[in-house]
Amino acid sequence: MVANGVPAVRFEDVSRLFGDVRAVDRVSFDVADGEFFSMLGPSGSGKTTCLRLIAGFEQPSSGHVQVHGINVEGVPPYERDVNTVFQDYALFPHMSVGENVEYGLMIRKVPKPERKKRAEEMLDLVKLSGLYARKPSQLSGGQRQRVALARALINHPRVLLLDEPLGALDLKLRESMQAELKSIQRQIGITFVYVTHDQGEALAMSDRLAVFNHGRIEQIGSPAEVYDHPKSVFVAGFVGQTNLIERELALRFGGTAGTYAIRPERIRIEPLTAPLSPGLAAVEGRIGGITYLGSTSRVLVAVDGGEIVVVETNLEGGTAMPDRQPGTPVRLVVDRKHIQSVAA
Amino acid sequence: MRSDARRGPRAGIALKTAALGGMLFLHIPLLIIVLYAFSSEARSFTFPIPGFTTKWFAVAFERQDVRDALGLSLRVAATATAVALVLGTLASAAVWKSRFFGRDAISLLIVLPIALPGIITGIALRSAIAITEIPFSFWTLVIGHATFCIVVVYNNVLARFRRTSGALIEASMDLGANGLQTLRYVILPNIATALLAGGMLAFALSFDEVIVTTFTAGQQSTLPIWMLSQLLRPRDRPVTNVVAVFVIAVTFIPIIAAFYLTRDTHDVSGSQK
Repeated sequence: MVANGVPAVRFEDVSRLFGDVRAVDRVSFDVADGEFFSMLGPSGSGKTTCLRLIAGFEQPSSGHVQVHGINVEGVPPYERDVNTVFQDYALFPHMSVGENVEYGLMIRKVPKPERKKRAEEMLDLVKLSGLYARKPSQLSGGQRQRVALARALINHPRVLLLDEPLGALDLKLRESMQAELKSIQRQIGITFVYVTHDQGEALAMSDRLAVFNHGRIEQIGSPAEVYDHPKSVFVAGFVGQTNLIERELALRFGGTAGTYAIRPERIRIEPLTAPLSPGLAAVEGRIGGITYLGSTSRVLVAVDGGEIVVVETNLEGGTAMPDRQPGTPVRLVVDRKHIQSVAA
Repeated sequence: MRSDARRGPRAGIALKTAALGGMLFLHIPLLIIVLYAFSSEARSFTFPIPGFTTKWFAVAFERQDVRDALGLSLRVAATATAVALVLGTLASAAVWKSRFFGRDAISLLIVLPIALPGIITGIALRSAIAITEIPFSFWTLVIGHATFCIVVVYNNVLARFRRTSGALIEASMDLGANGLQTLRYVILPNIATALLAGGMLAFALSFDEVIVTTFTAGQQSTLPIWMLSQLLRPRDRPVTNVVAVFVIAVTFIPIIAAFYLTRDTHDVSGSQK
């Protein structure tokens, strides 16, 4: 991803302390120019503090933050070439939608006709044409979110920071906004640094993502890398659902002692009578409970030494299949390449 | 009055009578004061008034002592309000935005002058003025009045700040505005009605203040002090009433305006600009 150019954002061994609390603990990473980079983690994991370090609302206690190759320690937010979409949108309540959007231009003393024209272009981009004169209080949550986006984009920042921008929206709206944000990012081609605690969102939108925990980065990689090859128990559990296989069960599944993660959808349920194909790991168990989830079903299988979750796609029949009855003895098989060894 | 569909059961006749009685008890004296301002009898108050005249308004306007007292009161109120607007806003911003040692204590100390009896504030100021050997002047009055004017500005503005998202300031800085520009384009417009309401209340408080004034005025005479002196040495009694009517107007109008301005803040802050 990192081409020949200077990274858009670089963290070099950055820490940020609040009293004794290490909110950000010796974090290093690069964000390539034009990349959609997500910082994913539970609340309090340090991801928002990292975003605020880029924006300039926080200063690093140690280490260096660079934006386009320039150290930005001590540079105030208003002199940085980055803009932010805030979590609660932070629209100015006393200004109209249009005045909000053109605020950055007004500060730069762009003449009124010019900035009105550009504000209207921005409102077109975020599909809010014609709402120039409205007040933020007259808009829906989704519309406010778009105004915040337009306002942050009008200065043509080289890096756009987004702090859980879709957090307050309902599921349907969130999904359509994900696609839209992604297409706007492609259209204007600037770097997006996106903070979220929603792993689905991070997987769906990012070129790369960093998983944060306790102020540190547990893993950085493409969504597929992070999902398929989680390096730690935390990542395996936080990004998607997983079966953690330990102790004697690990011996039977993995062949060696250790901790393994297996994604529920990688496991196949077979009747005991089926011939066992070579190269597959297998354990026997009994069907426990089945939860019907629409497109998929979640099947709990009791095995010696624990319980394993299997997610099956409901292609035809699904849970209605005769052998998917509680108590039925079954064999669980999984390709060895999907058994991921993880650090505890 | 708006009609409200969610009213409770209608009040009984006894409660209505009692409420009316209470209102009359509170407000008839005010009406009588206004009435005597138009009385043609100069030496004593008689009811009903023997004749109706507006000449006292002209007389009051001509009298130098009235003009001096009125002028002093207006200047003191205006200056104390201005001082309070600046200091009260700064104090509320500090208490809102930063966490520092003794923050709650400072918050309490700022509000204290209005909670303490005025006579305590008055004596304290008087001894302070005496110890430091500052001569009584316009400015001792302004300082005395500012102590309680700051409180109303502080409370009003702090309440507004607490309903304002701190992210607005960050958003403004993020979009390229420095501190002064953020103050001008974001903070002031958001607290404008709170400043107006706090300022008007402060003005009204200062304009009719007697106790602290007595201790900080020296030989100067503000309007309320002048009125007190008129009770003891009456000359053209209805002139006092004319002045009283004026005081009622000057204090009432800002208080009502402040009430309406802060009643529905969202409409107000939305309707400007």
